[in-house]
Amino acid sequence: MDINAVTGLLAAAVVAGTPLLLAALGELLAEKSGIINLGVEGMMLVGAVTGFIFTIMTGNHWYGFLAAMIGGSLLAAIHAFITITLKGNQVVSGLALTIFGTGISGFLGKAYQGLTTADPVHAYAIPYLSDINGLGSVLFNHDPLVYISFLLAIIFWLILYRTRWGLSIRAAGENPAAADAVGISVSKVRYFCTIVGGMMAGLGGAYLSLVYAPSWQENMTAGRGWIAVALVIFALWNPLRAVVGSYLFGGVEAMTFGLQIAGIKVSSFFLQMLPYLLTIIVLVIVTIKMRQEAGAPNALGFAYDREER
Amino acid sequence: MSNLKKTKKTLVLILALIFIASMVIGCGSPAAQDDEKNDDKAAEKFKVGFIYIGTPGDAGWTFAHDQGRKYLVEQIPEIETVYLELVPEGADAERSIEQLAQEGCNIIVANSFGYGDAMLEVAKRYPEITFLHCSGLESAENVGTFFGRIYQARYLSGMVAGAMTKNNTIGYAAAFPIPEVIRGINAFTLGAQAVNPDVKVKVVWSLTWVDAVQEKAAADRLIEAGCDLLAQHADTPAVQQAAEAAGIYSIGYNSDMRSFAPNANLTGPVWNWGPYYVKTVKAVMDGTWKPEEYWGGLEDEIVDLATISDKVPAEVIAQVEAKKQEMSNKEWDVFTGPITDQDGNVRVQEGQKLTDEEMLALDWFVAGVEGSPNP
Repeated sequence: MDINAVTGLLAAAVVAGTPLLLAALGELLAEKSGIINLGVEGMMLVGAVTGFIFTIMTGNHWYGFLAAMIGGSLLAAIHAFITITLKGNQVVSGLALTIFGTGISGFLGKAYQGLTTADPVHAYAIPYLSDINGLGSVLFNHDPLVYISFLLAIIFWLILYRTRWGLSIRAAGENPAAADAVGISVSKVRYFCTIVGGMMAGLGGAYLSLVYAPSWQENMTAGRGWIAVALVIFALWNPLRAVVGSYLFGGVEAMTFGLQIAGIKVSSFFLQMLPYLLTIIVLVIVTIKMRQEAGAPNALGFAYDREER
Repeated sequence: MSNLKKTKKTLVLILALIFIASMVIGCGSPAAQDDEKNDDKAAEKFKVGFIYIGTPGDAGWTFAHDQGRKYLVEQIPEIETVYLELVPEGADAERSIEQLAQEGCNIIVANSFGYGDAMLEVAKRYPEITFLHCSGLESAENVGTFFGRIYQARYLSGMVAGAMTKNNTIGYAAAFPIPEVIRGINAFTLGAQAVNPDVKVKVVWSLTWVDAVQEKAAADRLIEAGCDLLAQHADTPAVQQAAEAAGIYSIGYNSDMRSFAPNANLTGPVWNWGPYYVKTVKAVMDGTWKPEEYWGGLEDEIVDLATISDKVPAEVIAQVEAKKQEMSNKEWDVFTGPITDQDGNVRVQEGQKLTDEEMLALDWFVAGVEGSPNP
């Protein structure tokens, strides 16, 4: 394998990891506030289809991305209403959301299969940075969404760990009763985080249908929503580790073909299994070492009811 | 607490509604879509039902079948057709085939390999109905199988590719390592070598039939590896789009994919099911139909080459046309020796030809293919 093939593979890992990163950041935020949303796959699909439809209708992919975020957030709002206001079971509601999202995206996109967008997203090389040998082409010669996604990861980290907002979010997820006692509206925080999470999932979906493979295909996320959920655990609920994890998982996806072309014989079936295997391994190691679900917000998955305090 | 109970009830209700809604929408698609809505007349009309693995809008496999269905209605206007789309293979298929049988279809066509068992099962219960299974292996009293020798068209598309590559490196994004796909890759490579002996064909497996994202990724890796022309055996136009974006040439598949890649796409092997449907439906209507395992080639026009782009020099087109004629006249077929495999072993001796059985079990690559037939 020559150096070009290697940098090509790394650049491909970044591109393949971007939809995962966007969706995982959203899920991470929601989980930090105490809401687990297993509807990521459904929200990504709805984002992918609404983004594609609006890009076709308006001829501008930025409207598409906006529509995708709205689409994803609408679905997330259903989840928020069921789990926060009605205090329903988060796992059940999330799973329902995935099934619902899969169905409705297929329904909405029926007439749009086999079309192409008139406004493909182009790569913009960042001046100076993209000239760095090797690293430049891996990180700084991509479409805008790639840059936005790694900026968002940093912003999410800063917000979560360096601001009062972040403290409120983490408090809502760790100890909602205490958060409530100091005057934080747990419901508001959780609503906000869940809905922003939906926006990010929608954006991740639209990345697939508008940038990666500009077209709409039923079920085109093909399980990436679930990888994003696994990724949050893999990253131990840290946005910066999520960046590393996304590119690692994206790298596995890119490698399936890279290795085949290089003539290195590793079963493609094995490679497709790797992200899940890595997540299981990380979970096992962390639980053995720390004797707890390291990094998982304490109140994750539990509805907060002031009266039951 | 009563308040909590109430919210739980509401929650259950809402979840139930979501489930019902998603079922109606998700599974609602396989509702039979009648071509004509004259219900009172429908009872007397001869009815042909189709079970589709994809949707007619997929621009690929099912699209080609649906074009065939439309052609059938054009040619025999007195019949009626219905189709069920996105029918999963396996247990669900049996229910869908049964549904069409109960709706009074005289013929039921299924367009994917995995429907075989379900179809044979339903066929036992409805001996008066004729069943046709595309790419199937097993026929019965009232079940026929049909497929086309697409490898012949692939050979022709390979000739175009071999003539148009500049660096003699062609990429081939393939779905699954099964004999049908391996046969196609071999035929394509032999075609390319016929006009350009130095050609190498790099193969990658995406392990999916319909996943635009994976196929695009496969195409991108092939381009990075130096391929200046891409071919595909998968059902989405993603490979064509990747070639268009990279400014290189491409060969499509299933249907004419020119619209997805106006500059890149040169031609492609295409399916043309219409004539077979017309012939077979007529035979069933006349009562002359017999169960058969049909595997037609260029001579029946069931497989063909999409219109060749004007970027291809006229003498290449003439060469392709001549070869096509030779195959249509059955004077020559693709797997005629001498053919050596990747390791240099002679697999087909000079003057010999692979039999249909050997072709249907093909599991080795011809020399010139880079990649493994067993990933």
